[in-house]
Amino acid sequence: MKPSTGDEQAQSAADAVARRSYGKLVAFLASRTQDVAAAEDALSEAFAAALSEWPRNGCPANPEGWLLTVARRKMIDVFRGQNRRQLVSVEIQSIADVLATAPTDTEIPDDRLAMMFACAHPALDPAIRAPMILQAVLGLDAARIASSFLTSPAAMGKRLVRAKVKIRQTAIPFRVPGHDELPARLDVVLQAIYAAFSEGWTDPGGADAVRRDLAEEAIYLARLVSELLPNEPEALGLLALLLHAESRRKARRSLNGDFIPLAQQDPSLWNADQIEEAESLLHRASTLGVIGRFQLEAAIQSAHADRCRTGKPNWAFIIQLYDGLFALSQSPVVAINRAVAIAEIHGASAGLDVLSSLEADSRLAQYQPYWAARAELLARTGAFAQARHAYEIAIGLERDEAVRRFLDARRSALPA
Amino acid sequence: MQYLLLLHANEAGFTNMTPEQQKQGLAAYMAYNEALTKAGAYKGGNRLRPVSTATTVRIVDDKTQVLDGPYADSKEQLGGYYLIDVPDLDAALEWAARCPGASHGIIEVRPIWGMEDY
Repeated sequence: MKPSTGDEQAQSAADAVARRSYGKLVAFLASRTQDVAAAEDALSEAFAAALSEWPRNGCPANPEGWLLTVARRKMIDVFRGQNRRQLVSVEIQSIADVLATAPTDTEIPDDRLAMMFACAHPALDPAIRAPMILQAVLGLDAARIASSFLTSPAAMGKRLVRAKVKIRQTAIPFRVPGHDELPARLDVVLQAIYAAFSEGWTDPGGADAVRRDLAEEAIYLARLVSELLPNEPEALGLLALLLHAESRRKARRSLNGDFIPLAQQDPSLWNADQIEEAESLLHRASTLGVIGRFQLEAAIQSAHADRCRTGKPNWAFIIQLYDGLFALSQSPVVAINRAVAIAEIHGASAGLDVLSSLEADSRLAQYQPYWAARAELLARTGAFAQARHAYEIAIGLERDEAVRRFLDARRSALPA
Repeated sequence: MQYLLLLHANEAGFTNMTPEQQKQGLAAYMAYNEALTKAGAYKGGNRLRPVSTATTVRIVDDKTQVLDGPYADSKEQLGGYYLIDVPDLDAALEWAARCPGASHGIIEVRPIWGMEDY
């Protein structure tokens, strides 16, 4: 390799390795020591060392191996320092041996999936699993994760530290669970990735770069999981679902930032490549013979994407899929979407009847989509006063300004 | 890695059982002990007398204060424990789930703070 001279070249070489290999290197170090925090620290020191050495001596032929060698030396130093008195030298040696097991000049084993399973372990607080994965695999810092999950950097930092301490002190294993455990555990990993995507999705205009990146990174993680577990239909289903959602990014807002609901989106603005990839993933998942939540949700999005081919969504199929999804999840959110789909085929009052049957669920009283759906269907039946009231509640519950404007416009358009 | 399994359950559950049910319950624990021992995971374990026999002790203003009753007055009481030695948390959780106490109560799994970690 041609020796690079400037700081800039070293910086960009380090950046390139960081993007490509950060998670892999953390996973290698952490899965052998159970210490995510120490692995992250050692690796960031190694990157700092790279930035000072590579400009002088040139970028090494195997930058990944170079970083790993430096990082594991740092890590062993830290363990030696911490345990000078109590930890017998035999144990330090065993940690050193374990860290030394991978040859630096050949392929470094990919333990990212094992690390994701540790980060999404059921023994950890559900709310910290997605942030843990984002930090450990992608190297996002607490401040950036915090802004995506609407918490303060300090609080997020503390909770990440606590989770890492729990992983280390309770010996949460870094491994892909066995066959009987895999479905439940994988579901937790997939849900964490989905949560990361949803957080990124709450800024659909894409004006907030942090949020948009988060959605992209969630897709990267979903892709990683589906590549590492190619025969898990739900992993394929999740990636298909995220790609379908992502394909509509450009169509979700008008040029001046107004919210455009799915029904009014221009399908020619949808990303055809992403739709096609999603469809082929879903097809592959269906050949594996186990249906699940993410496949059903992806299939619903796929039925909406039918508009590209037929000009209208396949509502009959959508209702069937919602039936399946509801049977699986009993989720009131699913029930609302099902009611809306029923209204498309059987009329607004049929949809309203289904919505009314959900009224007893107190969670819905503060759930914007319930009130927005109700308002829309009431308006279609001509119950304008009730529709106006429902729109008002929906507007009060919405946190996205563009959606509030959209709902307000609908309300104002109601006949007196 | 050692873990303590703390078995919490409503004490009344056992006293309200018929003698036959009690016998079955105890047999389930015997079988569990046996399984733990065979797997080489058993380090210790005991059943505790009911909380009506509990006494708490603390030093307040340099004086020993002794009080009748358990520390935590809750619906479930600490009724026994196991000390097990297994490779990782998953193995510990698996043994906790197999414990008969998991079916009629709640098991708290805590790693032992080993001397080498000071």
